Amino acid sequence: MVKLAAPEEMKREDLEKLHDSSSESVCISICGGTGCRVFGSEDLYEAFRVEIDRHKDDVNHAVQVKTTGCHGFCEQGALVVIHPSGVMYTGVSKKNVAEIVEKTVLRGEILEDLLFRDPQSGESIVHEADVPFYKHQERLVLNLNGLIDPFVIEEYIAQDGYSSLQTALLDMTPVEIIDAIKTSGLRGRGGAGFPTGIKWELCRQQPGEIKYIICNADEGDPGAYMDRSIMEGNPHRVLEGMIIGAYAMGARQGYVYIRNEYPLAVKHLKQAIAQARDHGYLGQDILGSGFDFDIEIRLGSGAFVCGEETALMASIEGRVGEPRPRPPYPAERGLWGCPTNINNVKSWATVPIILSRGPQWYASIGTETSKGTMIFSLVGNINNTGLVEVPMGISLRDLIFEIGGGIPNGKGFKAAQIGGPSGGCIPAEHLDVPIDYESLNSLGAIMGSGGLVIADEDTCMVDFARYFMTFTQEESCGKCVPCRLGTKVMLDKLEQICAGEGQPGDVEYLVELGEQIKRASLCGLGQTAPNPVLSTIRYFQKEYDAHINEKRCPALTCKNLITYAVIPELCTGCMVCKRNCPSDAIIGEKKEIHTIDPELCTRCGMCVSVCKFDAISVTSR
Amino acid sequence: MYPSIHEIQEVIFKESSDGSSLIAALEDIQERFRYIPPEALLLASERFKVPLSQAFAVATFYNAFSLIPKGKHCLSVCMGTACHVRGSPQLLNCLEINLGIHAGDTTHDRMFTLETVNCLGACALGPIVVSDGNYAGHMTQQKTESLLRRIQRSETKEAHG
Repeated sequence: MVKLAAPEEMKREDLEKLHDSSSESVCISICGGTGCRVFGSEDLYEAFRVEIDRHKDDVNHAVQVKTTGCHGFCEQGALVVIHPSGVMYTGVSKKNVAEIVEKTVLRGEILEDLLFRDPQSGESIVHEADVPFYKHQERLVLNLNGLIDPFVIEEYIAQDGYSSLQTALLDMTPVEIIDAIKTSGLRGRGGAGFPTGIKWELCRQQPGEIKYIICNADEGDPGAYMDRSIMEGNPHRVLEGMIIGAYAMGARQGYVYIRNEYPLAVKHLKQAIAQARDHGYLGQDILGSGFDFDIEIRLGSGAFVCGEETALMASIEGRVGEPRPRPPYPAERGLWGCPTNINNVKSWATVPIILSRGPQWYASIGTETSKGTMIFSLVGNINNTGLVEVPMGISLRDLIFEIGGGIPNGKGFKAAQIGGPSGGCIPAEHLDVPIDYESLNSLGAIMGSGGLVIADEDTCMVDFARYFMTFTQEESCGKCVPCRLGTKVMLDKLEQICAGEGQPGDVEYLVELGEQIKRASLCGLGQTAPNPVLSTIRYFQKEYDAHINEKRCPALTCKNLITYAVIPELCTGCMVCKRNCPSDAIIGEKKEIHTIDPELCTRCGMCVSVCKFDAISVTSR
Repeated sequence: MYPSIHEIQEVIFKESSDGSSLIAALEDIQERFRYIPPEALLLASERFKVPLSQAFAVATFYNAFSLIPKGKHCLSVCMGTACHVRGSPQLLNCLEINLGIHAGDTTHDRMFTLETVNCLGACALGPIVVSDGNYAGHMTQQKTESLLRRIQRSETKEAHG
C-alpha cells in the first residue's frame, strides 16, 4: 500500500500543489483497485516517483503521481491515465514506466503499444474518453473513482465533496431533504427497488429518541463488485450520504456492515471515517449545526444471508445471522428494537449527488418508473469486463455489445444472467428490452445489485442453474423449511439431470416446487432462490429436455454426458497431454498417436487446455 | 502451536463486554490463531455473558470461522459466477486431485488448507486462485499446478535448509 502523509501532516503548499489544476501541471493517475493491484499497479506508484525524480531538471511543469480507486475497466489493467490530456495506457507494468515518463510526460508523444485496442474495429484509441467502454456510460456515482486519491479527504473536498452535507445541515430541514429524495425518484439500489425517500420518511416518523442507520455493504452476490469499488475508490461519498440521511431521519449512530472478503475496502473506509472525524464531518456538533452523528464499521463474517436486512441486524447485534418475519419492518423495529433504516452503498453514494445537482435533474435521467443511473458489473464471457454506470432504460444489447465489446473468441451470445442467485437469465430474443425494475421483473429476472454475467454458447444452462442452486442451498440459513429443504431437493434434482439421470416430469416438478418455495419462504433469499432455475426452464427448456430425454448436454459441459478422445489426424505424439493428465488416463509413446482411456478419464479438461494442436475432441457420449 | 489461555484472553478482553462484540472477538481470534480454539468459546461465553450454545452457534454459522486449525498455506478458489463460467470448477478439481483433499479440508501434514470463496469481487481476473492472501488471476489448470509446486518446493527447501 502506498503510504501518504496524513492530511493534517501535510503543509499548506503541498495541498495547494495537490490541487493545482492549471494547464501546466500533469497528473499521472494509477488505478489502485483490487483488479489492477493483481496486475502490479502497487509497484507503479514508486516507479513513477523515482522516474519523475530522475528527470526533475527536465520537467518544467508540476507532475503529480497518484493512486486512485478502481477506474472500472478491470480487464485491461494495470491502467494508467495521464491528465489533463486523458491519454490512457493499458496493461502497464514497471518496465514501461521510464518510457512513459520520457516520451509521454516530457514530450507529449504517444506510446502506440500501450494503447487500448478495440477488439471489434482493431483500432487503437488514445484517450480514455473515446474508448467505447467509457464513451456510452454516464458516470455519476463512479465519476471521481479515477480522479481522486481515496486516502486523501482533501481531494474529495476539492471536487465539491461534503458540500451537499453543508447545504443539507445548514440550509435544509430534514423534511426538505426527504422531499428532495422523494422527488428524485431514487429507488433502493440493493435490489428490491423500494423508493428511498418513502423509506426515510417512514423511519423519520417513528417515535423514539434512538434511531439507527445502516449501510449494507455485504455485497454477497457473486459477480457483483460495484459496492467494493465505490468504497475503495470514493469512500467519503458513501459517508457523506449517510450523514445526510442520519440528519434527515434523526439518527445518532450509523453502521457500515461490510464483508470481510474486501480487505482493501475496509481499510479505505476506516481511514475515511477517521479523516471525516478529524474534519468535523462526524462526531459532535457537525459543522456547527448542533447535530451529532458517528459511524462504526461491522465486519460480515461470510454469510450470504446477512445481506437480508433483518439477518444483517441480527449479525450486528452479535447473533447468528438469521432473518425474522416482516412486519415489523426495520423502520418500526430494527436494531436493538429501535427504528432503523438500511440502504445499500450505491443508494447512500447517490444522495450527495441528488442534493448537489438537484432532484429534478436526477429525475430527468432514466425511465418513467426507474430514475437515475445504475451500475452494472459486466463479467463472464465478455470482452470488456468491468464496471459500467449507465442511465436506467438502456438496452441490454447496448450494454453488452457497445460498452462490453461483445463476446470473446467469436462465440455466440446465449444469455445474460442478471441479479445473481436471486435473479434470472435473459436470452437473446429479449436483448432490446430497456433495463428498468419493472421490465426485468416481467422477464423473470430482477435488477438485484447489478451483477450481469454473460454466458456464451458454450455455457450449459442446466449446469448454470445447478451452480446457482448449489450456492443458495449452501447459503440457506436453515431457519425455515421451504428454503432449507426445498433448495436441497431442487439441487438434488438438478444434479441428477446433469448426471444424465433425469426422468420425464422432472422439469414440471422443479417448476411446481420452485413456485412453492417462492411463496412459502421467510426471507428474500428463499423467496428468490428458485429464480435462476425457473428462468432457465422458461427460456432454455430444450436444454433440460436434451439432458433428460436424450442424455445429452448440448453445450458439452456436463461431465457424465461427454467423452474425450484424441483426434488421430491431429495428434503429433508430443506427450504433453500425457504428462499433464492428473489421472494418468492417456496412453501412448513419443511420436505415437495417443489414446484416452475412458474408464480412467475424469473429464477434467486438462488435456484440452494444454494441447497445442487442438487434437482432443469433446463429444456427447 | 496451540495458543495458551492467556493469549486467547488477551484477544477477547480487547473488545467491550456487551454481547454485540461476540462476533468481533471471534473475528480477532480467527485472524490471530487461524482457527477458534474450544477454550476461546468458553472464555467468550463468559466474557460476553451469552450461553455457550450461542457462542458455538455463531462460530459454526459464519463461514469465516473454523473450529479446526488451518494449514500453514491457504489456497482458495473463487467460485463466483464469473469465475465459474471461466472454468473455476476445473481449477478446484485440479487442486483437490493434487492435494488429495476436498474443499474445506486440510492436509494431514497441516501444510495446506483448500477453500472455496463465493466471490472476491475481482471478476475481471477470473478465474482466481488466492494463495496466502495473494490473488492470482486468469488462472489455468497448468498455472494452478505450478503455483502449488512453487509453494511445495519452497517448503522442501525450508525443511532441508
